[in-house]
Amino acid sequence: MAVLLLAEHDNETLNDATAKTVTAAQAMGGDIHILCAGSDCGAVAAQAAKLDGVAKVLCAKDAAYGHDLAEPLADLIISLAGDYDHIVAPATTNGKNVIPRVAALLDCMVISDISAVHGPDTFERPIYAGNAMATVKSADPKKCITVRGASFDAAGEGGSAAVEEIGAVANPGLSEWVEDKVVESDRPELTSAKRIISGGRGMGSKENFEIIEKVADKIGAAVGASRAAVDSGYAPNDYQVGQTGKVVAPELYIAVGISGAIQHLAGMKDSKVIVAINKDEEAPIFQVADYGLVADLFDAVPKLDAAL
Amino acid sequence: MKVLVPVKRVIDYNVKVRVKADQSGVDLANVKMSMNPFDEIAVEQAIRLKEAGQVEEIIVVSVGVTKSQETLRNALAMGADRAILVEATDNVENDIEPLAVAKILKAIVDEEQPGLVLMGKQAIDNDMNATGQMLSALMGWPQATFASKIEMEGDSAKVTREVDGGLQVISVKTPCVMTVDLRLNEPRYASLPNIMKAKKKPMETKTPADYGVDVAHRLTIEKVEEPPARKAGVIVGSVEELVEKLKTEAGVL
Repeated sequence: MAVLLLAEHDNETLNDATAKTVTAAQAMGGDIHILCAGSDCGAVAAQAAKLDGVAKVLCAKDAAYGHDLAEPLADLIISLAGDYDHIVAPATTNGKNVIPRVAALLDCMVISDISAVHGPDTFERPIYAGNAMATVKSADPKKCITVRGASFDAAGEGGSAAVEEIGAVANPGLSEWVEDKVVESDRPELTSAKRIISGGRGMGSKENFEIIEKVADKIGAAVGASRAAVDSGYAPNDYQVGQTGKVVAPELYIAVGISGAIQHLAGMKDSKVIVAINKDEEAPIFQVADYGLVADLFDAVPKLDAAL
Repeated sequence: MKVLVPVKRVIDYNVKVRVKADQSGVDLANVKMSMNPFDEIAVEQAIRLKEAGQVEEIIVVSVGVTKSQETLRNALAMGADRAILVEATDNVENDIEPLAVAKILKAIVDEEQPGLVLMGKQAIDNDMNATGQMLSALMGWPQATFASKIEMEGDSAKVTREVDGGLQVISVKTPCVMTVDLRLNEPRYASLPNIMKAKKKPMETKTPADYGVDVAHRLTIEKVEEPPARKAGVIVGSVEELVEKLKTEAGVL
């Protein structure tokens, strides 16, 4: 019994989602081996080795793994799969890209985005945009799983696992990386931020988003948006919080001018404290908010900025 | 080049989902069903490629119940050329798993030899986000998932993907599988004349057995429950009160 866990990283820093996935893997049983695959991921492997509960880190350095292309990464995982009962990854866009491919190559059904582990073969996962929770039992010999980070606490950093360098496997050469268009920002990344302030359709324009960005910078928060705000062009797509965007669970989530559509709630309702600012007192967001303020956001947000 | 577009009949995205009292699943009786929204985007993209002269024929396929033919007719009315219905179950609550669907699609791809399979990134019922990646794996093809921009360039394609933290541009060789994200396009509505014309477009009916695929589930659903409800909190009177409560009561500022 052992778990192979694919690390999420950018070749420099291990993403927090990995530590959360370790916690989920501990509940599956068996030794946990983390696979770091990247162009030059030695530093990442060293960070992974410190995570509590990790028995070994496998480090595969090759240019083919530098940009998380699904085909070479899946082939690498398949070359290691024989030794493992569980193959897991965080449910990031990388994990969701590669794990179903691995599952199909192993003739197993993937179990995506699990939110709880009830045993080695039984898992809970949200379906219908989080409007229902399904408990599923897998009959496959190997379980290929992606893990919803927002549902698990991060593992601690008291470990000292051995790091083993492993070789690359042949690159099938089916795809090539061209470029990344990453938004540069000093603000924390949405999925790992402790505080998030999000704007909805009520923001009215792209320019108006500046008022919540000011508050974000004051309290060290990430900026998010509802799908309605993204669809209206007020915010870029990578701001999107919701079932079709990012699923977050910060300590503080401030929803500004967001009505609270089901698809948005699915992405943030696991937040510890939710604040809603909306002028419509009937807005569904108030049904999940710990603190609601019925007010015009253009009046309330600058006041909030001043009060902080 | 032919393009194959798999489409799924799912509960309409505007319908409030109700979990059944016996916890066996979600109530799908007498509920409005529609084409999975991501699949509509895939159909639209295929039509745009055809309009641009990069595709000759669009084949739509659906694996599910007999009524999935309504979803296929809708795709034909939008502009697809012909349809294949794979009747895999007579029970609307029996959701055929992505692995089985991918195996059926592989058999169809082997027969039809499309240069491209365009599909939604996930179905909004099981939210598995898997069928495209699985088909790509079974074919030994490249995959370009979560596409928000597609540029066909001879025997390859440049695809902009929506990833955590921004966008990634990759180049994939064709044939390949692409799964589409929300911002790729806005699907058209079918016009009445096109709805009438679609009734005459060819639709073949098959079964999984025709393709030698077993659709038995690998995952057993033990129960389906309502998500834990979050209880409503308090309404505060002012920004000052809000900040005060966040500092002292909640301790998050």
